[in-house]
Amino acid sequence: MSEKVLMKGNEALAEAALRAGCRNFFGYPITPQTELAAYMAKRMPKAGGNYLQAESEVAAINMVYGAAAAGARVMTSSSSPGVSLKSEGISYLIGADLPAVIINVQRGGPGLGGIQPSQADYWMATRATGHGDGHVIVFAPSTVQEMADLVAKAFDLADRYRVPVMILADGLLGQMMEPVVLPDPIDTAEIPAKDWAANGHKGLRPHNTISSLFLVAQQLEDSVLARHDRYQLIKEVEQMAQEEQVEDAEVVVVAYGAAARVCRSAMHKAREEGIRAGLIRPITLWPFPTDSIVRALGPGRAFLSVEFSTGQMVEDVRLAVEGRAPVSFFGHTGGVVPTPDEVLGAIRRAASGERFNELPFKNRPKGGVL
Amino acid sequence: MTTTTSSATAVAPQKGKVLFARTPALTDTVTNYCPGCTHGIIQRLVAETIDELGIEGTTVGVCPVGCSVTAYDFYSCDMVQAAHGRAPAVATGLKRSCPGNTVFTYQGDGDLASIGMAETVHAATRGEKITVIFINNAIYGMTGGQMAPTSLPGQVTQTSPYGRDIETAGHPIRVCELLSTLDGVALAQRVTVDSPKNVRAAKKAVRKAFEYQIEGLGYTIIEVLATCPTNWGLTPTAAFGWLRDNMLPYYPLGVYKDVKAGEGEK
Repeated sequence: MSEKVLMKGNEALAEAALRAGCRNFFGYPITPQTELAAYMAKRMPKAGGNYLQAESEVAAINMVYGAAAAGARVMTSSSSPGVSLKSEGISYLIGADLPAVIINVQRGGPGLGGIQPSQADYWMATRATGHGDGHVIVFAPSTVQEMADLVAKAFDLADRYRVPVMILADGLLGQMMEPVVLPDPIDTAEIPAKDWAANGHKGLRPHNTISSLFLVAQQLEDSVLARHDRYQLIKEVEQMAQEEQVEDAEVVVVAYGAAARVCRSAMHKAREEGIRAGLIRPITLWPFPTDSIVRALGPGRAFLSVEFSTGQMVEDVRLAVEGRAPVSFFGHTGGVVPTPDEVLGAIRRAASGERFNELPFKNRPKGGVL
Repeated sequence: MTTTTSSATAVAPQKGKVLFARTPALTDTVTNYCPGCTHGIIQRLVAETIDELGIEGTTVGVCPVGCSVTAYDFYSCDMVQAAHGRAPAVATGLKRSCPGNTVFTYQGDGDLASIGMAETVHAATRGEKITVIFINNAIYGMTGGQMAPTSLPGQVTQTSPYGRDIETAGHPIRVCELLSTLDGVALAQRVTVDSPKNVRAAKKAVRKAFEYQIEGLGYTIIEVLATCPTNWGLTPTAAFGWLRDNMLPYYPLGVYKDVKAGEGEK
């Protein structure tokens, strides 16, 4: 096991990718993820791999498509506006059943938005990473350690299910430094062979074709449904969530990534004043950990989704709850990070039986939940 | 995610000597091109080159969005279908991750010079060791005859019904001339396939491009002036006439960049 080191989240993602056998990185500079690309630019040549600064996000994701088609472990990273540009390529990766890892260190939007931490891309990541009937697996780390740990898992699941995997972080996690124990480098010989890859048949097999094109409707449906069979399996076996003090909770806070860290502080404060708060922290956003939410259902329990957005994941919480409990929402957006006291205020209201969808609108007399 | 098996043997004749047969780098799949279309000739030249160099097993082709989108069914080597215009970026990923392979893209004018111009210019300036076969027929074929970045001034298309007006639609792009200014380009040559003589010259150029790639000299592009009888509204023979009368003056044939020029190779 490696020693504990102090690293930025963005750098931990990069180093963990190298240790997971990734030797191909294609990116384009954008704040707040640039440290990741810079780290790769420094380390990749020395590791015998390919680092290339593409001319655009569009080109970068298509370089990823090419390297993935050749069977290589490949990664790209960006932040929200850049991921919008990648969405075409991600759709093609999905359609051609290609494994790849895509990092989104989110910032505020829409448009050019801002460069502060945000969770406004939840819908893009879980609903529409590109056109068509497809999904990517989405991981949401909450610490630098978890950023490092989830990278290897992302590559493994991408290869196993032949789907792109997105790690949805945010500017706070990407920029913060924390102690991290880096995973040991894997033995690349243990990466399962990709007999489907377009890497030259060498006269040993029929030619392979990587394509997402099916001009006959029935063939396209068959292809999409075969993929959805795998999605079903992914939903059954790959849901991940951390549950904290949920057993006796009257208010179950649901929060992911950096928001979960704020909520954990608020949960402890609530407990100190006698409100039994608990926390479910989804680690996979797609598949959404519906099972954890359903397990937490019980008489007199309320759910509270807290996000750095105007309320996106809360819809998945409601879908999981299916009307069996009150679900409330509190959030800030645009790069404004809620304080633990603001979240505590929301927990108090949820505990008192109130049901709300609260944003800190400035023109309201009460100015939010506090 | 489809796999097609290619028969590496030519069709056996009933009797007598074989004068012309399918080259093994082409599968026996029937192409979906219109009568008189020159895609078939050009794809064969690429396949013959692959066979002559003996590199089918280490070659990966990238097909674009356009009439040749299903070219993956026509080649016996590994093939990758790319998003519209992105073939050079996809080829970059294929080549960088497997530098020992030979990688070619097969792109039309809309794919290469319109939606994919950024990818084209940057792959070229990086000196990406790939070969680009650029089919310039001055029109969008697959979508049914719209104006292309290489449509000529005054050319009537579905989306330039009064003829391409350079005041509003701008000027056609001369790709070889443009790319020849970039240091990463090892070979940029424009050819056509309107006659047996020119077909032979085109073949020589394609082969040279592949050889330059294998030698690691840089980015290579062969622009092939091609016909689109269907969307030009001409017979195949008349289409060649239109090409000679209109395209050749605007797009002169020739070598625009050759890093080996002067070594007696030209």
